[in-house]
Amino acid sequence: MSEIRNFTMNFGPQHPAAHGVLRLILELNGEVVERADPHVGLLHRATEKLAESKPYNQSIGYMDRLDYVSMMCNEHAYVMAIEQLMGIEAPERAQYIRTLFDEITRILNHLMWLGSNALDLGAMSVFLYAFRERENLMDCYEAVSGARMHATYYRPGGVYRDLPDHMPKVAESQWRKGKDLERMNRWRGGSLLDFIEQFSEDFYHKVDDYETLLTDNRIWKQRTVGIGAVSAERALQLGFTGPMLRGSGVEWDLRKKRPYAAYEHMDFDIPVGANGDCYDRYLVRIEEMRQSNRIIGQCVEWLRNNPGPVMLRNFKVSPPTREEMKDDMEALIHHFKLFTEGYCVPEGETYAAVEAPKGEFGCYMVSDGANKPFRVHLRAPGFAHLSAMNEMAKGHMLADIAALIATQDIVFGEIDR
Amino acid sequence: MSAFSANIQVLVEHLDHIFGEKIDSYSEHRGQLTAVVSPERWLEVAWQLKDEPSLCFEQLIDLSGVDYLGYGDDEWETAEATGEGFSRGVDALGPGRFNWSERPEAERVENRFAVVVQLLSLKHNRRLRLKCFAPNEAMPVIPSLIEVWNSANWYEREVFDLFGILFEGHPDLRRILTDYGFIGHPFRKDFPLIGNVTVRYDEEKGRVVYEPVEIEPRVLVPRVIRHDSRYVDEKLEGKSGKEGRAEA
Repeated sequence: MSEIRNFTMNFGPQHPAAHGVLRLILELNGEVVERADPHVGLLHRATEKLAESKPYNQSIGYMDRLDYVSMMCNEHAYVMAIEQLMGIEAPERAQYIRTLFDEITRILNHLMWLGSNALDLGAMSVFLYAFRERENLMDCYEAVSGARMHATYYRPGGVYRDLPDHMPKVAESQWRKGKDLERMNRWRGGSLLDFIEQFSEDFYHKVDDYETLLTDNRIWKQRTVGIGAVSAERALQLGFTGPMLRGSGVEWDLRKKRPYAAYEHMDFDIPVGANGDCYDRYLVRIEEMRQSNRIIGQCVEWLRNNPGPVMLRNFKVSPPTREEMKDDMEALIHHFKLFTEGYCVPEGETYAAVEAPKGEFGCYMVSDGANKPFRVHLRAPGFAHLSAMNEMAKGHMLADIAALIATQDIVFGEIDR
Repeated sequence: MSAFSANIQVLVEHLDHIFGEKIDSYSEHRGQLTAVVSPERWLEVAWQLKDEPSLCFEQLIDLSGVDYLGYGDDEWETAEATGEGFSRGVDALGPGRFNWSERPEAERVENRFAVVVQLLSLKHNRRLRLKCFAPNEAMPVIPSLIEVWNSANWYEREVFDLFGILFEGHPDLRRILTDYGFIGHPFRKDFPLIGNVTVRYDEEKGRVVYEPVEIEPRVLVPRVIRHDSRYVDEKLEGKSGKEGRAEA
């Protein structure tokens, strides 16, 4: 009889299923994983230390680069922490815009997750469909902020500017012409809100389409049912939040339990899983897309009927308009001080958390009264999830590792920070 | 004890009833409660916070370190002009102003390192912040919470890596975010912002080499503390400001 021995295998950091730069040291017994030791930090940029070195507003852009598929939610937590420390609150319209874009971001994130998860497990077409929809949502980002991904749109005291009245159209080019161009521009006749509304009406059917491809798919179920099951008790112990926690049957959602922005006025449901395996977490996220879509509909409705300011008129925090600046000495001084020195935040500490698509994204901020934070710590949901990889992977086959990484919705921007 | 708002007051009284002397102090800011616990009581208090049904903090949401070296220091005197006018804010010593070889010796500061834990009780929908100061800043040691809340595992590794705080009882206290073989604890305030080593591939040697960083340390915006009259007045009047929206 030949001798059987354990293998130690290196998975990543360059691996298409590693979702970035994950290095996993796997101890295998045949094809069965005995121990998984994730080595992270290959994307560590010391965002928190960088934030200590610059005025508050200059770090908002760094937040986009943490979880780079749910950009605005990260900004939201950071901006909320500053607002709490300063004791200010954004105007109501800004709160609704934030809610709207948090949900757009959630769909963006879940589409990315759905596409790459399916791709990891061998289904190519979902990925292409998911990216088709993402493109439209990226255009919404671009329309409000000028950037497709790293928006820097949320600011302490509101959002950078109001929603545009015209949705930019796709220009004709060598590759985009004729019927294709017509199809691309069919929702872009009106304002951004019109575009979002038409997108969201259509998106319900799109989610149904994804489900026909996957939900009852035999291969999909074989790869996900019973894989990486986590009990509710263990999920709490391991610090799971978001869909990872809800997949295990714990009904906990910060949007409902501790409503921020305009969530208390929104009508939506929290989907909860039963078995805590990859399949349940898939179902939870799919349903979350529908619920996000519902919230988007309600936000669009409200924003249509309620014009108003989107930024606090407090020149100690937010800059005056260009016209005021050219007209008024006081405004000019405020403008100059804000952009050269920033604003000082009163001494104190706070922890602000939002329900990001991946779970609870929190920002612990300590201020000593200066124009730069004394300490910022960012609580990334993926960090806690990945730390449970060993426990989830134990006893599973090597091929299931791809399913586990995918189900945790790993993004290294936020884990390594 | 009128320093607390109504719902925090209830929690403080309850905690006081259960823990008594075991919690050193309470403070509230923006509707959030912080309890300071000494390292000797750290584990005991943690177990009770989790297991006591009326508290039931099931989740450790976050654990982070804080280095209080240089807390409240500014780089630019803004209150009064000197004989030569206002100071220029260039001769201070923040982390952005020195490199690795010229880093200053950190002064001795009482209670320099702290570990801060954010707890969440799903049952009572309540949050609590725990803080523990390490007694010896030359070798800060704090008991590990890994047995109480398993999620502390990587968070404690991170704090060890970035701040050099040791967690007694942690079974696997390796570096986590920095490079293999990294020297120093980068989030300490006496660690340069530009870092210490840079990595590149050397064609001649045929391998990756480590070299000291070449960037000039520089600070674009000096650190300023302005004593804004609105906040000073607020403090004098003993108001804790407007409540944080979502926190209780």
